Amino acid sequence: MTHPPYLSPDYKSTVLRAPGQDLVMPRLGPDSIELASPVFGHQELGRLDDDLTRQHSGEPLGERIIVTGRLLDASGRPVRGALVELWQANAAGRYAHLGDQHPAPLDPNFTGAGRCLTGDDGRYRFVTIKPGAYPWRNHTNAWRPAHIHFSVFGTAFTQRLVTQMYFPGDPLFAYDPILRSIPEQKDRDRLVSRLDLDTTTPEWALGYQWDIVLGDTPMEA
Amino acid sequence: MTDILEPTPSQTVGPFFGYALPYAEGPEVVPGWHPDAITVRGRVLDGAGDPVPDALIEIWQADAEGRTPSGLGGLRRESHDFSGFGRCGTDPAGRYWFRTVKPGANGQDAPHIAVLVFARGLLKPVRTRLYFPQDADAHANDPLLAAVPAGRRPTLVAEAEDARTYRFDIQLQGERETVFLDI
Ligand SMILES: [Fe+2]
Repeated sequence: MTHPPYLSPDYKSTVLRAPGQDLVMPRLGPDSIELASPVFGHQELGRLDDDLTRQHSGEPLGERIIVTGRLLDASGRPVRGALVELWQANAAGRYAHLGDQHPAPLDPNFTGAGRCLTGDDGRYRFVTIKPGAYPWRNHTNAWRPAHIHFSVFGTAFTQRLVTQMYFPGDPLFAYDPILRSIPEQKDRDRLVSRLDLDTTTPEWALGYQWDIVLGDTPMEA
Repeated sequence: MTDILEPTPSQTVGPFFGYALPYAEGPEVVPGWHPDAITVRGRVLDGAGDPVPDALIEIWQADAEGRTPSGLGGLRRESHDFSGFGRCGTDPAGRYWFRTVKPGANGQDAPHIAVLVFARGLLKPVRTRLYFPQDADAHANDPLLAAVPAGRRPTLVAEAEDARTYRFDIQLQGERETVFLDI
């Protein structure tokens, strides 16, 4: 199974939140609302929503990066015009969220939230800052590997996906119960982006590539 | 058939989405002055019965005639838009709300709203449906409800608080666990 199970006791918050009863597997008729998806338009986005380094008066601190990839369906076809949202910690590992108690500095020039729509080739692209690792309270000395949260829509509500993108070679992978909740190593590996010199802009920003593949809809399966 | 790619695995939305995903008009699928506006509200509760203050609820529904919406406007709403999509983060007491219209029936399907819940501690979302209490006759013929053990069906039916307000609590775990769908 690709996805993590709901109950993954090493990630403690799952213990009281994972459903305990059997899920119901209905047969959805072709007109079911879940087999359609909300659609979003360019006019609903702000001009700088895809450049997290230009949303304030100054430039954020940290390592400027380009994060891009394609949104694909299970057959490898591009998913066009789909809403991709991301959010992340700043370079010091601190979120611009009131609940984040990590005593690392906030950056007045970095909020860490963005949106874009995929192009005709299914491609999304963001300019941002490489996020820092940060501690959490799951267990003693728990640190999340650097990651960017992604939220994507497909062509069916059943394909709705929220996940996290990681950076290659992070030594914290081995200790992270959230990444390790995914049973198989090959599936974990698919959450790790790839440094790509062709995406990199010389003298300006490193580039990372990460494709996102949506699940089959029941109609296609 | 072409090669099947493995889907990208899901990960939790975590505790810190609150400044990024929710937006001011997210819960207002229709404006408050809409003549047919209803309110749907409730709480998200964990297996100990405690509120889940860091959940994100999304709804997606047909319009009042039962048609699947195809219009834009889920993020920036104009008064004439009906995108059928809503998003609301829970508050510290685990509460969420939406203002929308009651969807129409669609064929055999009784009127319903698709509901998706993301939260810290949910490694993948839970998916369910909200049905309306006044449609009991239609529920008897609804194909999805037919797949649900009879004793658990009431967890999918909202309670009417008044003529225009429905309460739908989502219990993630426990005795009265909401029916979740594998779709
Ligand atoms: Fe995070």
